[in-house]
Amino acid sequence: MTANVIVSGSLRNRLAIILTGGAALLALVLYLVVRALAAQVAQQGQDNILSASMSSVLDTAVIRDGRVMLDFPYSSFSMLNTQADDRVFYAIYEGETLLSGYDWLVVPDDLAPENTLFETTTINGDHLRVATGSRVLIGSDGPRNVSVSIAQTQDALSNTLNGISRNVAFLGLGFFLMSSALAIWAASTTSGQMRRLTTSVTRRGPQDLSPVTKAVPSEMAPLVGSLNTFMSRLDHTLTQSEDFIAEAAHRIRTPLATVRSHAEATLQRVDREDNRKSLQAMVRAIDESSRTAGQLLDHAMVTFRAENLEMSQVDLVELLQELVLGMTPVAEMKDITITMKVEGPATLLGDAILLQNALRNLIDNALKYAPAETRLLVEVSRSPTLSVSVYDEGQGFAPDEIETLSGRFVRGKNMGNKVGSGLGLTIAQEVAVAHGGKLILSNRPEGGACVTLFF
Amino acid sequence: MKYLLVEDNLELAEAVASRIRLDGHTVDHAAKIADAIAFVDTSEYDLILLDIMLPDGDGRHFLKQHRARKNFTPVIVLTARSQVSDRIGLLDLGADDYLTKPFDHAELQARCRAVLRRNAGSAQSLQTIGDVEFDAVSGHLRVNGNTINLRNRELRLLELLIANKGKIFSKQKLVDRLFSYDDDVSENAIEVYIGRLRKHLEGSEVRIVTLRGLGYRLDHDS
Repeated sequence: MTANVIVSGSLRNRLAIILTGGAALLALVLYLVVRALAAQVAQQGQDNILSASMSSVLDTAVIRDGRVMLDFPYSSFSMLNTQADDRVFYAIYEGETLLSGYDWLVVPDDLAPENTLFETTTINGDHLRVATGSRVLIGSDGPRNVSVSIAQTQDALSNTLNGISRNVAFLGLGFFLMSSALAIWAASTTSGQMRRLTTSVTRRGPQDLSPVTKAVPSEMAPLVGSLNTFMSRLDHTLTQSEDFIAEAAHRIRTPLATVRSHAEATLQRVDREDNRKSLQAMVRAIDESSRTAGQLLDHAMVTFRAENLEMSQVDLVELLQELVLGMTPVAEMKDITITMKVEGPATLLGDAILLQNALRNLIDNALKYAPAETRLLVEVSRSPTLSVSVYDEGQGFAPDEIETLSGRFVRGKNMGNKVGSGLGLTIAQEVAVAHGGKLILSNRPEGGACVTLFF
Repeated sequence: MKYLLVEDNLELAEAVASRIRLDGHTVDHAAKIADAIAFVDTSEYDLILLDIMLPDGDGRHFLKQHRARKNFTPVIVLTARSQVSDRIGLLDLGADDYLTKPFDHAELQARCRAVLRRNAGSAQSLQTIGDVEFDAVSGHLRVNGNTINLRNRELRLLELLIANKGKIFSKQKLVDRLFSYDDDVSENAIEVYIGRLRKHLEGSEVRIVTLRGLGYRLDHDS
């Protein structure tokens, strides 16, 4: 069945890929954001210290004797101590003139008085953070602008940042792995719902067209709704055609039955041989046509069901007992005794309706061709394999026909004037084959036919 | 025996009813379910022959109601449907047997007999002719205090002769009445069965007389 379905991708895989992809992206964003935040916080810390150190130096600036004087309080450098032994640089300018320190530390142009400016520069491959502040001192010769820059390398900072980054990376990876597991689980649960629906539909027998009543997620409701509508339409159509067949059979068979009954009744009153012959021919033709129609329908049913066997544990013995009971009146008409011989219980996994049909045909045939006042034996044997044999005491099969008799519409030479369709053994054989078995015809050494259905 | 035939096709009903009457039974005919219910309510029947497709409903509903009302009169369904699943459904609904249209009257008779025998206890089937007791349902014949089990064909032959005692039957008539034309019964076979019956009836007041060139007749000294 699935062979005819065009498959394009898999919902489960698609869902899993989208979810894990999303998780990876989120993990990456998390990593970047946390790292940037950490860097900012760490930078803020260093800036505060640099600024405090710079201010403590700048606060000592005074004008004495017309010269600008500054002092380095002890704390101004000690506060800059780090575990990574970062180096500290400084520069003090008065206006454009370097009073002390490293001349490569240049006062930024946009530095406003009484303000602190931070910038990051690279000198000889070292990353430096510089805090610069300035102050205007009023001397006897007018205002003088003093600025102080304190710079520090960022080794401790980058160590801290690396540590944080590593931890965040682990966190991101863990987050990704957990999300992926969650994604795969979510994908399989979602597809599991579908699989359960599929199973519940596939497990149905071929005749079951009832709507799916199992609760399904709302996303699947439209699909299940359409499926239910489709099945109810199919069911409706099937019922209609079944009703049609039943109605047709009724319309055709009832008049046939009328004609047959009249012909039979007339036969009781008519003495002339040629009239009797034609009445008998009439009855015969009616029986032929109705039997063939019935067998054709049965054969069609067998062919259909053989492809969709409705399997159940079938008790062969019980099935045969019912059949024998049903056919006993017909057997009695010819004083034929039907005996059953059973070797213990015999159950079989099979289609009960097909098996019943096949076995009915075998017993029916035997009853039809066996002479009056004989015995019919129905035997269920369990070794070498499970089999049902029907033995009669008739004249058996013509040896050259044994191979061909189960063919469609083939009738034996020994049929006499018995009414038949030539489909009985065909049906039995097809049922046997559908159950992985075979139908074997043989003649008994002591006379009579034997038909065996092997499973 | 009293039969109720529920069949909407009047032609068929007439043909079947007349054939059953020929066998010496009484038949009431109902053309729809409502009539059938009225008949069953007012009269006792030994057997109901029920068609499935009726103008005022499905015969199966009648069957269900019939059984629900604890009415155990046996029912044989006459159906135009031959599918196996239908047959199984009918038996599940409480039908005692079924027959597919068109049917052989001999088979209908045989099935009626089997159903009646299964639902035995009907003392009406016991007939007495002179010093012979005959039970057409169980197939027992009591002659001189001995009970004989008759074979089916002997039984039917004797039943026919008893029901028409004093009348002459040609061999051909007997074949027509007793056997399905499919049976390949020769007129010589009739002689065999007559011979057996005579043997069973030996020493009783009942005799089967041969009328040369005409046939057989059942007589009894009284």
